Amino acid sequence: MTGENKQQNSGLLGWALFVVGFAGALFVGWIVFPQLLYSTKYQPINYNHAIHQEEAGMSCEDCHFFREDGTYAGKPKLAACAECHSEPQGETEDEAKLVSEYVEPEKEIPWISYSRQPDNVFFSHAAHVKMAEMDCTDCHRDVEGQTKAPPVKINRLTGYPNEVMKMYVCEDCHAQENVSNACDVCHK
Amino acid sequence: MSGNKSGKLSYGMVIDVDKCTGCMTCAVACQQENNVPFREDETNKVRSITWLEVFYLDNGKSYPDHRKAYLPRPCLQCDADPYPPCTFVCPVNATQRDEETGLVSHIPVRCIGCRYCISACSYHARYFNWWDPKWPKPMEEMLTPEVSTRMRGVVEKCTFCVHRLQLAKDKAFAEGRRELDDGEYVPACVEACPAKAMVFGNLSDSHSEVAKLAKSPKAFRLLERLGTKPKVIYLSGQEWIHKLADNVI
Repeated sequence: MTGENKQQNSGLLGWALFVVGFAGALFVGWIVFPQLLYSTKYQPINYNHAIHQEEAGMSCEDCHFFREDGTYAGKPKLAACAECHSEPQGETEDEAKLVSEYVEPEKEIPWISYSRQPDNVFFSHAAHVKMAEMDCTDCHRDVEGQTKAPPVKINRLTGYPNEVMKMYVCEDCHAQENVSNACDVCHK
Repeated sequence: MSGNKSGKLSYGMVIDVDKCTGCMTCAVACQQENNVPFREDETNKVRSITWLEVFYLDNGKSYPDHRKAYLPRPCLQCDADPYPPCTFVCPVNATQRDEETGLVSHIPVRCIGCRYCISACSYHARYFNWWDPKWPKPMEEMLTPEVSTRMRGVVEKCTFCVHRLQLAKDKAFAEGRRELDDGEYVPACVEACPAKAMVFGNLSDSHSEVAKLAKSPKAFRLLERLGTKPKVIYLSGQEWIHKLADNVI
């Protein structure tokens, strides 16, 4: 073997090592680390938005509505479900579970919130929806036609789901829209 | 110029010392409303937390010239320009004045517990949490959900019940209004006062009751000469109380 070949081989080996290392780093960064950081939780019942909208003809406001005092009813209470589901209406497993485990023993469904803010944040839906006329989908996922409740990824360190809006997003938008960024506008 | 930049809104309070009977209802209402922690043994007043302290005043004379009075002291929400003393010294911006409303806020989770603001406050209106708060069993159910509880190692103070402003704004927004009506936002102490000695409202609105009372010849501020420009204004027709309130060395 000549010296030139040796140099070429080590060059190739270097590239191969680089590619392997790079792929490994991506694997760790994109797959292993998120798995380690986030735990996956599933909703107690796989709520089907599509079937309620299309077959039952319900509108969003039937469950997600403003109360008279301006506060927002995020998720409906069990009573709202029980209005229709005192008996199973279809044949799905989830509905049977709803009736037997929650409606009959009158136990509230422990929904996991995707976007509940921490305890010291005062978030006003009225200010954003009624006044700033923002769409729900500006912050929340679009549930139209969704047949499955997606799993909730919860950050193991902070305990918050990954969809919870971060403070810098709030601040950026407030600054752009010329809305006050004083602490007591959002914090309590 | 006042420190409050918007000029339109400047929430303030007028307390009539001559009407105050010292019944402490305001203090109790405050403690209850704002989830203020307490301890089994509250004898050490240097360590206890009272967002709204009721001071006992007397003129030091004996009968028949003896006079006494009670003076409730919430956070005075100083309007000093450019900063109230407490926000000026905060190294982490945990306390600041909302320039739209004039309210001096304090965000406990941002606070590092250095207590500079406690030293800076001329009115002893700020308190330090020496222990984690504890509520005996059924009392936890009575906490106000709109007020976050504080942890050990942070400072806290009266916020003029800012959560009530947030709720009032929520209601107004839902009805399509941007401006609040007079009386929609009132702190718990003012609401509770049975003697109607406390009045709350917008000091910048010359038609409001607080603004009119604040211009009364009976009006005075605590330690006026310090230039802190408190937005809590006291009323009294008694000369000795005026003198006592300006008792700067």
